[in-house]
Amino acid sequence: MSIELRNITFRVGAEPHIYETSLTLEPGGFNILLGTTLSGKTTLMRLMAGLEKPTTGEIWASGKNVTRLPVQQRSVAMVYQSFINYPSFSVYDNIASPLKVAGLNKQEIDEKVHRFADLLKLTPMLHRLPRELSGGQQQRTALARALVKGAELVLLDEPLANLDYKLREELRDELPKLFADTGATVVYATTEPLEALMLGGNTATLKEGRVVQFGKTSAIYRKPATMESAEVFSDPPINSAAISKRGDQAVLGKVASWRVPEQFAALPDGEYKIGLRPHHLLLSGQGVEVNGTVQIAEISGSESIIRIRVNGNVWVSQTQGIHAFEYGEKVRIYFDASHCMYFGTDDQLIDL
Amino acid sequence: MAQIRFRDVRHAYPQPKGQEPVYALNEINLVWEDGGAYALLGPSGCGKTTLLNIISGLLTPSEGEILFDGKEVTHLPTSERQIAQVFQFPVVYDTMTVFDNLAFPLRNRGMDEKLVTERVEQIAEMLDLSTNLKKRASGLTADGKQKISLGRGLVRSNVNAILFDEPLTVIDPHLKWQLRSKLKELHQQVGMTMIYVTHDQIEALTFAEKVVVMYEGTVVQVGTPVELFNHPRHTFVGYFIGSPGMNILPCTIDAGQPVFCRSPLTIPKRIKGDLQGKLEVGIRPEFVEFADDGIPVSIEKVEDLGRYQVLTLTHESEIIKMVMTEDQTIPSENPRIQFDPHHTKVYCDDWVVEEAVNE
Repeated sequence: MSIELRNITFRVGAEPHIYETSLTLEPGGFNILLGTTLSGKTTLMRLMAGLEKPTTGEIWASGKNVTRLPVQQRSVAMVYQSFINYPSFSVYDNIASPLKVAGLNKQEIDEKVHRFADLLKLTPMLHRLPRELSGGQQQRTALARALVKGAELVLLDEPLANLDYKLREELRDELPKLFADTGATVVYATTEPLEALMLGGNTATLKEGRVVQFGKTSAIYRKPATMESAEVFSDPPINSAAISKRGDQAVLGKVASWRVPEQFAALPDGEYKIGLRPHHLLLSGQGVEVNGTVQIAEISGSESIIRIRVNGNVWVSQTQGIHAFEYGEKVRIYFDASHCMYFGTDDQLIDL
Repeated sequence: MAQIRFRDVRHAYPQPKGQEPVYALNEINLVWEDGGAYALLGPSGCGKTTLLNIISGLLTPSEGEILFDGKEVTHLPTSERQIAQVFQFPVVYDTMTVFDNLAFPLRNRGMDEKLVTERVEQIAEMLDLSTNLKKRASGLTADGKQKISLGRGLVRSNVNAILFDEPLTVIDPHLKWQLRSKLKELHQQVGMTMIYVTHDQIEALTFAEKVVVMYEGTVVQVGTPVELFNHPRHTFVGYFIGSPGMNILPCTIDAGQPVFCRSPLTIPKRIKGDLQGKLEVGIRPEFVEFADDGIPVSIEKVEDLGRYQVLTLTHESEIIKMVMTEDQTIPSENPRIQFDPHHTKVYCDDWVVEEAVNE
């Protein structure tokens, strides 16, 4: 189904939890809500599910106003971060439970349970109890129960957050495939930018109860509409700094200056901001040179992550290879000016 | 502070009478050097927590000895070991102020109030909690509370080691970053032995000087992040470290060289002798590259992960993952790949064949 939020807001008492938001999710799409804790991801999902009513505005599903429709009458399934299963039911009975409620006959139930158990690699565990399963298997059981209903809208609230790193990697790979076959519209909440990129689909970046931007996941990563959107979609954090533009030159304090693209040069001189992703800030190479002081160097396998104080800002360089530094060491760093994103002082991207 | 040594430590949890013991920890001989920053990395159920509890004294191993600076402590209770522990969820006294929370472990041990103040202020400064000292702990955010937990672990200067049990699990990725850097900075400043338990490879590799990788109750490798990446001694290390993990592909050996699906592969040194067991080659996705005269593959999937791309390739029925930077281009027809010989490893029954390693 398609889901349309029309100018909704949500307040608890006087406190706004969701500021006015409009969002349209296409039927069968995989949609990600990306934002930190308390950015409003869970609240938006509860509104979509009908577990909460918006304070103002309307929610439409497949062209029908469902704002006042109770959750029982909607075709919705939700999976939470902490795995919820019936502890005294076997895996089989857990998966079968929504089908029994729906009044399917034994043969239909058996056929469906086996199909989804197979899909989620639970077939050998069908007769075990949840406590006899690993965390990953428990969450797969919860997912199977959500899938087996054939709900048209599936809401997944950080479903992999409690799982081992490697299991997350596997399930992330499987999830979009699982849902692609069912035709369900999926909404997936996460705090992790890399997870959003791995899942693909569309992403809405959220900050403090507002949808900052919505669009194709890789497009939002490449062209964040605002500094906020760029920040939400960067881990390690995006490097930013205030610059002044004079003619065709960008001036970063007394540290560096470089030539800006023509369209930007045509704009009025004055104060602007730059955003530069950590992997575009390098320890060797060409382009703009900047001097800084190392705060900390972290080494992860094949790459190094170095925090560097530059002109009053702390920047992060994420670079290939192993580079060990002492605290306080002076370094020269480089970036290609074409990787700079420019923002106005209002934090809006200057679209070049 | 102390060096911690495990000598022939094994542990089995009690079993019903008459059943063979099942070891949660297989024989472990290991030295944690004084002042080191260690990570204990492995999936759930690999024995990490068992090992941690043996260090802290919450658990007595069924076999072997634990030594602190050469002195046996195997049967010493936790209270006499001088170990500080920080858990996954913040343990904070909500009704106390931040100051009183941090002072708690010191006052408990009867430290002079003047010294308490001095030490608490010092730790608060390191953790950027100075401005919150008079606030009630209940008013803080999750990461603020976890900082108090960290602070309580760090506040005693006479501890032998600080154990962190997945301390950043409940923290947002944005803040995880800061706390991780903070911990590392603190380690450099205070020089205490720190052991950090996690299932997250990124946390382990960024925090630790040495990573202890565990798998099914066995320590499969102890090494620097670079060693684990470049020279995984066990296929599990290859798989678990790195994202995506190492490609582990079946092979045969012909004239000392590995052969993958009838394609001979180059390695720096020939393998001597006759290997018996399951034979595999390991190659990290980072060391697979396109080459005109390589192994023909079909491209099944290309994932755009921002700063790099992950390609899923197949050759016959084998799946090979490959990593490329965002600006590299993918050949449009007849893609062929080769493996970097210096990073191609041969494994026999999951353990690396040393002869094939050329440092």
